[in-house]
Amino acid sequence: MASGEKPVIDVRDLRKVYHVGSVDVVAIDSVTLHVDHGEFTAIMGHSGSGKSTFMNLIGCLDRPTAGEYFLEGQNVSQMSTDELAAVRNRHIGFVFQGFNLLARTTALENVELPMLYAGVDPQERRTRALAALDMVGLSGRADHTPAELSGGQQQRVAIARALVNNPSIILADEPTGNLDTRSSEDIMRVFQALNQEHRITVLIVTHEPDIAGWTRRVITFRDGRVVDDKTVQPKAKVPA
Amino acid sequence: MNFRALFRVAWQALVRNAFRSLLTTLGIIIGVSAVITSMAIGNGARAAVAAQLARLGSNLIVVIPGSIVSGGVNLGAGARQSLTPQDATSIAKEVPGVAAVAPQTQITAQVVASGNNWSTTVIGTSPSWMQVQNWTMAQGSFFTDADMKSASKSAVLGATVAANLFPAGDAIGSTINIKGAPFTVIGVLAAKGQSGFGRDQDDQVIVPLTSMQLRLNGQTWLGSISISAQSPDAVSTVVSSTQALLRLNHRLTPGQQDDFSVRNIADVQAAASETSRIQSLLLAGVAAVSLIVGGIGIMNIMLVSVTERTREIGIRLAIGARQRDVLMQFLVEAVTLACIGGAIGVALGLGASLLTSKVAGWSVIIAPTSVLISFTFAALVGILFGFYPARRASQLNPIEALRHE
Repeated sequence: MASGEKPVIDVRDLRKVYHVGSVDVVAIDSVTLHVDHGEFTAIMGHSGSGKSTFMNLIGCLDRPTAGEYFLEGQNVSQMSTDELAAVRNRHIGFVFQGFNLLARTTALENVELPMLYAGVDPQERRTRALAALDMVGLSGRADHTPAELSGGQQQRVAIARALVNNPSIILADEPTGNLDTRSSEDIMRVFQALNQEHRITVLIVTHEPDIAGWTRRVITFRDGRVVDDKTVQPKAKVPA
Repeated sequence: MNFRALFRVAWQALVRNAFRSLLTTLGIIIGVSAVITSMAIGNGARAAVAAQLARLGSNLIVVIPGSIVSGGVNLGAGARQSLTPQDATSIAKEVPGVAAVAPQTQITAQVVASGNNWSTTVIGTSPSWMQVQNWTMAQGSFFTDADMKSASKSAVLGATVAANLFPAGDAIGSTINIKGAPFTVIGVLAAKGQSGFGRDQDDQVIVPLTSMQLRLNGQTWLGSISISAQSPDAVSTVVSSTQALLRLNHRLTPGQQDDFSVRNIADVQAAASETSRIQSLLLAGVAAVSLIVGGIGIMNIMLVSVTERTREIGIRLAIGARQRDVLMQFLVEAVTLACIGGAIGVALGLGASLLTSKVAGWSVIIAPTSVLISFTFAALVGILFGFYPARRASQLNPIEALRHE
């Protein structure tokens, strides 16, 4: 941790319990961990390990049953729905497995979308969206709709959308799950570049060791608990 | 999100399903155009009826003789010989609120002028008939009280009679023969055209009542007495005072029925305008129902749209849309849909009204208020029926919405 700097993510004794009928299912069981600025982290685990639930909590899409979650030093565990929406808008950039771009909407407009809800004026929206597309190597594709782009390109549009509001962290949920090996490597290279060259904090949820191998820290979940948290030697940056 | 951005998003969503959007808003289109067209036709008809009745004289009261039963056969209203010129005089003198009284009797006769002849109605009356019946002169003058006294052989022609007997327009000063008696034409009435009931009001000849009685029909009784009240408000008191006076004059005991009847145009007018008012209300009601049905159509499609776009809503929520943003997005979409329908409906309604007046020849009055009200109502329908689907969209759970296939 850099001295004096608050961790991006600071969760303490986080619990999430679902009520299924009369049975309580503990999805997250007393998890405590930190993620600092500039980290490149993978969260691994089998399905049912609680990693998706953890991702939803970290992404402020859901509220914990117990425990506390500080995002950039701000306690977000008990915020209202609309407050959480504002936090997601300003501090979190999502990248999903299924890309989740708006259909029949150009790449540029998709990237502008978070700024629309942030109240950024149209001129600045356009400038920043074009810059973000440039960062992910899609400067020539601004006017293409998702249907006109390959899977890898669509995911890069989604990454541009995630980083356009300068979030505290980019959360990627199985970002390569729908891509072939070659496109997967492309996408991981984009994340790596963002992390190394722009010091953007990236957290990737995956069940593939290959993907986790690109990161510098791997946290493993099992049965709602953290069973392993280790620093690893990242894959060398392979030339494209 | 500001309004322009909201509107843009809504517009894009509607254009993406242009045909469906049009079908959805069809109910609103039909509703709005029906309101405007029916109100325009209703207003036109009401104005036409009112204008026709106004030409009859708005404060007009008519007294006609009562019915007569002879050997079990009722000869109907007007058959009695109960009204006399004295009745007319006493009404003029004693009933308060009366502006003018005109006794009247009429016959049908063949009128002959040099080379031409024409069958028409000949009316015997007093000079006040002009005022009572709301007539003006086109040429010459009407006869005077002096003509009445002397039973002068002067006649005033209606425009139709004048045109038929004197095509050259040289009626004034000429002599006409009515049932063999020569009369001098001293005036021609200004044309009034058809009455509300299709009778040509200009097809008549007017002579002094005294001349009529002396030279033409030899009767002492009257066909009717026309009374003009001083104001529309005075009509009802004049009616009741006239009834009381005539019962007294005719020496009717309390148990006896009236041997006359008093009718007033204001009642006819009120009934006519009430009828057309009820008709336009009925039409507007039907149109309002169709607007509400249109609103249900919008709600239905908006609900379908929310379900179809669950994933989109999930994406928007995930990247920071507040519930209010999503609510507004779908509400603006519904209202835009309704307003587009309203605008098309206004255009169609105006077109249909103008077409009706052109093709059917009906008089049509397009009231700006009916345009305004129906359009506003359409927008309100959009808000009302768009709210529930929009609220449903805004309350989706982002995690579940993102998982939706």
